[in-house]
Amino acid sequence: MAMKRYSVFAIAREAMSYHMGWQRAWAAPQPRKKYDAVIVGAGGHGLATAYYLGKNFGLTNVAIIEKGWLGGGNTGRNTTIIRSNYLQDPSAAIYEKARSLYETMSQDLNYNVMFSPRGLLMLGQTEHEVRGYKRTVHANNLQGVETRWIEPAEVKRLVPIMNIEGPRYPVLGALYQARGGTARHDAVAWGYARACSAMGMDVIQQCEVTGIRSAGGKVAGIDTTKGAIDCDKLGLVVAGHSSVLAELAGFRLPIESLALQAMVSEPIKPCMDVVVMANTVHGYMSQSDKGEMVIGGGTDGFNNYTQRGSFHHIEETVRALVETFPMISRLKNLRQWGGIVDMTGDRSPLISKTPVDGIFVNCGWGTGGFKSIPGSGWAMAELMARGHSPLAEEFSMYRFREGRFIDESVAAGVAH
Amino acid sequence: MLTLECPYCGVKADETELAPGGEAHLKRHGPGSTDEEFDGYLFARKNPKGVHFERWRHAYGCGKWFLAARCTATLEVFGTYPAQSTKPPVDLQARIKLKRPGWEGYK
Ligand SMILES: Cc1cc2nc3c(=O)[nH]c(=O)nc-3n(C[C@H](O)[C@H](O)[C@H](O)COP(=O)(O)OP(=O)(O)OC[C@H]3O[C@@H](n4cnc5c(N)ncnc54)[C@H](O)[C@@H]3O)c2cc1C
Ligand SMILES: [Zn+2]
Repeated sequence: MAMKRYSVFAIAREAMSYHMGWQRAWAAPQPRKKYDAVIVGAGGHGLATAYYLGKNFGLTNVAIIEKGWLGGGNTGRNTTIIRSNYLQDPSAAIYEKARSLYETMSQDLNYNVMFSPRGLLMLGQTEHEVRGYKRTVHANNLQGVETRWIEPAEVKRLVPIMNIEGPRYPVLGALYQARGGTARHDAVAWGYARACSAMGMDVIQQCEVTGIRSAGGKVAGIDTTKGAIDCDKLGLVVAGHSSVLAELAGFRLPIESLALQAMVSEPIKPCMDVVVMANTVHGYMSQSDKGEMVIGGGTDGFNNYTQRGSFHHIEETVRALVETFPMISRLKNLRQWGGIVDMTGDRSPLISKTPVDGIFVNCGWGTGGFKSIPGSGWAMAELMARGHSPLAEEFSMYRFREGRFIDESVAAGVAH
Repeated sequence: MLTLECPYCGVKADETELAPGGEAHLKRHGPGSTDEEFDGYLFARKNPKGVHFERWRHAYGCGKWFLAARCTATLEVFGTYPAQSTKPPVDLQARIKLKRPGWEGYK
């Protein structure tokens, strides 16, 4: 589908015709009988995978199949924190790749994703945490990821609304990533969908995958609520529903689906222009462009597909943040929601081949995969097109069997 | 709030009183098993959208482990039973089947 570019000139031109001439942002096609590659799940990771299949490998006979609407899964439900200050080398490589792609994403996609590298702090509130984060800073420096340790006085200067004195959890310093920040989550999904559609790919919404067909150990196609579709390659990128799709394909994954919630307060005047994470007390906060305080915490503990979390977790999260941010105790809560996150044992994702030839999975991003969307799509596309990818290498689903965990339970300590 | 009845002390416990323990009835594999079996036992999970058999501990009550059958798509609880059971009680399975005719059964 040929698409007109968005620009300041386009706005001026359309103003002449009372803004009645804007095209659809992406096409709404019916599925064809066969594609070279089918991606299940039009969240950020599925769409980015398709985008890089086209952009980096010229593969455009591709469909992206979505049971609901674009970005209606976790991609449109997260708190949009972007950072790359993880501990292990394979994580640093893929998260930093993603963060650097976010820097130019609006230009690359010709779509404003409102990337805002406003700076991110992970507070050290116990001796253990301080030591852990100093170790992360050293690791990051070796990995070429720019982070540094800052002292309480600088924390207070960056975040005047913070009470750093405790008494229960005084702020002893922070791991600071100056180029971490946030982006507009829906825009990431919409921007990729538009770019995929422009390359001739079919983004098909309201179409649920109900079966996966294979013959002789190789994928043959899928069954959907809009009919059967054949394909040579199949990418399963469905986050919380990964185990359901794996079951259809006949294998099991090291994944459990849990509910994770977030909330926003009523909008207030600008008061905090960085992202702050407090992992010891299990909460984090940033301020949206609309002025809402965006707050998140930990997951519920039990398997859940309802996109509804437990009430006591909301209370826990807010309670945890009140000591450090006394001013939020007077705010009204505006909205609360939940998403179903795909948790692995080592808190690292799977970007992997599977027991069925031609089927690939990209999942297990759990509570923290918004930040990784472009890097993950880059690696997954390479894996699907070439059969291997340096960025994806360590994230094979077979690493559990082989004892090669990529332990990020500290870096992913609070759910974000 | 999720409420489960502890099969030992009979208390109807709120989830804040309980600690979840993941999938129940895992077959334990150890020395002598294949890598695949051991991997399956330790890491691979059914994680179904629907009927789930799972472990819980009455953490702030009697402290004992027990098992529960619950629907992960609706949070409906079908019943709880003692941790010593090697598979879900037959009457519980029948009750689930009545409520979920499409359920493939315990495997
Ligand atoms: C409350 C919350 C806060 C979070 N905060 C952050 C954060 O601050 N920073 C961060 O980096 N990450 C965060 N995350 C995690 C992040 O949102 C996810 O890791 C990421 O969005 C996953 O993207 P995805 O594309 O893999 O999955 P999704 O966006 O969930 O997309 C999967 C899609 O697959 C579709 N699907 C499922 N089954 C089928 C089927 N059978 N047929 C067709 N389609 C199907 C779904 O409808 C869905 O749209 C948060 C998550 C939550 C829930
Ligand atoms: Zn009890």
